[in-house]
Amino acid sequence: MNTLSFSVIATAVGLAVLAFAHWLGLDYFYFAGYTILQFIVLSTAWNILGGYCGYVNFGSAAFFAMGAYSSVFMHKFYPLPVPVLVVIGAVVSGIVGFGMGYLTLRLRGAFFAIATLAMAVVLQTLVINWEYVGGSRGAYIIRPESLEVAGLTINYIEYLFVLMLILAVVALATSRAIERSQLGFGFATIRDDELAAETCGVPTLRLKLIATTLSGAFMGMAGAPFPYYIGYLQPQSAFGLEYAVNSIAMPMIGGTTSWVGPLVGAILLGSAQQYATVTISSAVNLLIVGLMLVAFVIIAPNGLIGLVQERLRRRQP
Amino acid sequence: MDISFDLLINAIVAGLLLGGFYAAVTAGVSISFGMLDIVNIAHPAFIILGCYIAYFFNINYGVDPIIVSIVALPAFYALGAAVYQVYYQSFEKRGQESLRGLAFFFGLLFVTEVSLILVFGVDYRYVEAAYIGPSIHIGLIDMPLRMLVPCLVALAMFGALEIFVTRTFIGRAIMAVSQDQLALQLMAADPIRIKRIAFGISIATASMAGALLIIIQPVEPSVGREYIGRVFAICVLGGLGSMPGTLIAAFLLGVVESLTATFYGPSWAPAVAFGFLLLTLAFRPAGLMGR
Amino acid sequence: MSALLHVDSISKRFGGFVALDGIDLEVKPGERLGLIGPNGSGKSTLVNCICGTLQNESGVVRFDGHVMDGLAAHQRTHRGLARSFQLPRPFHSMSLADNLRIPLLYTVHARLGPLRSAGDLDARCGELLETVGLAKKAKHMPRDLTQVEMRKLELARAMAAEPKLLIADESMAGLSHSEIEDILALLVQLNERGITIILIEHIMSAVMSFSQRLAVLVSGKKIADGKPEDVVRDPEVVRAYLGQ
Repeated sequence: MNTLSFSVIATAVGLAVLAFAHWLGLDYFYFAGYTILQFIVLSTAWNILGGYCGYVNFGSAAFFAMGAYSSVFMHKFYPLPVPVLVVIGAVVSGIVGFGMGYLTLRLRGAFFAIATLAMAVVLQTLVINWEYVGGSRGAYIIRPESLEVAGLTINYIEYLFVLMLILAVVALATSRAIERSQLGFGFATIRDDELAAETCGVPTLRLKLIATTLSGAFMGMAGAPFPYYIGYLQPQSAFGLEYAVNSIAMPMIGGTTSWVGPLVGAILLGSAQQYATVTISSAVNLLIVGLMLVAFVIIAPNGLIGLVQERLRRRQP
Repeated sequence: MDISFDLLINAIVAGLLLGGFYAAVTAGVSISFGMLDIVNIAHPAFIILGCYIAYFFNINYGVDPIIVSIVALPAFYALGAAVYQVYYQSFEKRGQESLRGLAFFFGLLFVTEVSLILVFGVDYRYVEAAYIGPSIHIGLIDMPLRMLVPCLVALAMFGALEIFVTRTFIGRAIMAVSQDQLALQLMAADPIRIKRIAFGISIATASMAGALLIIIQPVEPSVGREYIGRVFAICVLGGLGSMPGTLIAAFLLGVVESLTATFYGPSWAPAVAFGFLLLTLAFRPAGLMGR
Repeated sequence: MSALLHVDSISKRFGGFVALDGIDLEVKPGERLGLIGPNGSGKSTLVNCICGTLQNESGVVRFDGHVMDGLAAHQRTHRGLARSFQLPRPFHSMSLADNLRIPLLYTVHARLGPLRSAGDLDARCGELLETVGLAKKAKHMPRDLTQVEMRKLELARAMAAEPKLLIADESMAGLSHSEIEDILALLVQLNERGITIILIEHIMSAVMSFSQRLAVLVSGKKIADGKPEDVVRDPEVVRAYLGQ
């Protein structure tokens, strides 16, 4: 199935979800659904660099936050419709991804991972000290009640939900296309044995830069609508550790070798967390995510998808 | 900017005292990352654990925090050995250190931090001891004892480690395993056992570092995250596995942070270490004295 | 005739340890050079410096008239330099055929443009696997291979890049007599097609029958370089490596 067919099917699934949401008529569904869709984008983005290339990014929150803060900046400077902000967020975070990659990708994977942590803190400190976007006091973005599009009045949260749905479809289609392309093939050699890949003629630095830029751009896209969703943006929440943990835990629990893993991980873990936050507490919920990450990494290194594949392989003669 | 000499010299002294402490904090990572090539980003979490253990026995039983940490050393050693065993079986043996090993330690870091939040809450905790409060005055220089005592203890611990690594058989075996595992095997020493001992020692240092940290400043669970950058910045800047290099880098970072906090404001301080780290990684990954 | 590969006084140290100490080496186009020496003498380090996996600290590597210093390993491969690894490094998440597809896609295509369809690529992979006797295992994963088969895969992968110069680093360790003959015949065939070959080996019979010229590396220095029958009689070579 080529990318176009996949995109059509994914869009159809998306429309079905939207129809279901309409029928439910619950605002809560849009709020919770937005979060899960956002995690689908984040974990898919993380997986392009982490799962496909084998380079762990601990600073996902930073890319996400840069997307969010570029929206805050534009909101104060020159208000634009959210879809345009998404593009701006992608560009900003893509550039950050490229820059960080350029500085650190010549080194081993471990150094890269530490550098991503370092970069996240540096960016957070910069934003905390940047008064124009609110600094540590945070920034308020008034979310309109509704939006007029082509004569129809749409509930604003539904609008954001649809936007994130489109982003999720785009992210999934892109990562699937990469996986099956020569680029994805090259990524896999970097993951398997970077030294040997170079010897075979794979331009590893160039490919890694493509991966960090794409990964960063998608995370920025996920972050761009966030200020409108949440209404009040603070550096502590935008750069929060839960984004870093979830964007790692979801692909690793779902399975890192294919585009399906992050999707499965995001839906399962995201829904579980929505439930847990409401019923137990958000701290316990994060603890469970952390424990699951450790457990899966030890016991099921290829995630849930890996377990399923193992079972299928054993059934074949 | 009108820099008063008084302020400057005190900022530098405070930076040096802080640097001594940073050296102790980094010593553990110098072993695990510098010598064993294990990216234990959860190290700061173990330090914070040390903080809270010192806090618990200090507040409830009145025991001096440094004494607590010394008593806790064997427990932390055992914890480190256990963690290494899991790490080895699950990742090192299978050659999966890069992605999964990192995720493992990240998970540990996270679980430790959140567990501490659940048990102790997010309020700042501090300890009480005779030397927290008073200061020594030498001319223009003010040295708070709550910084001087940890610095001295830290340097003592650091010195002890340096002697251990260079003079004892096991210490030298640890240095050997970092350079040539095969040669070590041929010398009939079990590299896995040596690495386990080394990692155990690495985590044991966290016990002491934790006690010293909570003497210097009040602590809450997320403080560990600031230290990830500091610890790896010092390690990389000092040259992986070089103890003298680590010491120099620690002092350097301490002074720069102190100067930044004094003249630009404390909200910029966390960025200093991380900025250092990024620059070092980008331009001189071998560090100041690296191999 | 000017040299295809010209290694000019290269040195490499790791901390205090000098791995290569001013090595000079020339390889003419179409030549079969054997490189021998004890373990740890610097043979693999030399290969790494030539191919760009490591950067030499001083000296120059010239290939096909161009200076290689500053070029990344993949760029040198694009220019026609290929090598196999002493300890095989297959891409373990891909089948054997896919392992060979990588150099085809990234080196051959880069040089000649993508003029092959997927079917052609598959055929070429099959061909290469056939020449090393692994055609039946095309769909297998590297973890299913024996050590010997992995060495053959290494060689096939280096060949897939259609190099001008192929460096075979101990490809024959552990092979049976007839397997050694097969690999030698293969290398001779490649050489007859115009590919220059540097053979690094410990199996003296193979080295002697294959090499037109023999160079000896001991403790980072080249101690002999000449006709095989002369080199093996050189007293210094006998003392340092061959024994009595």
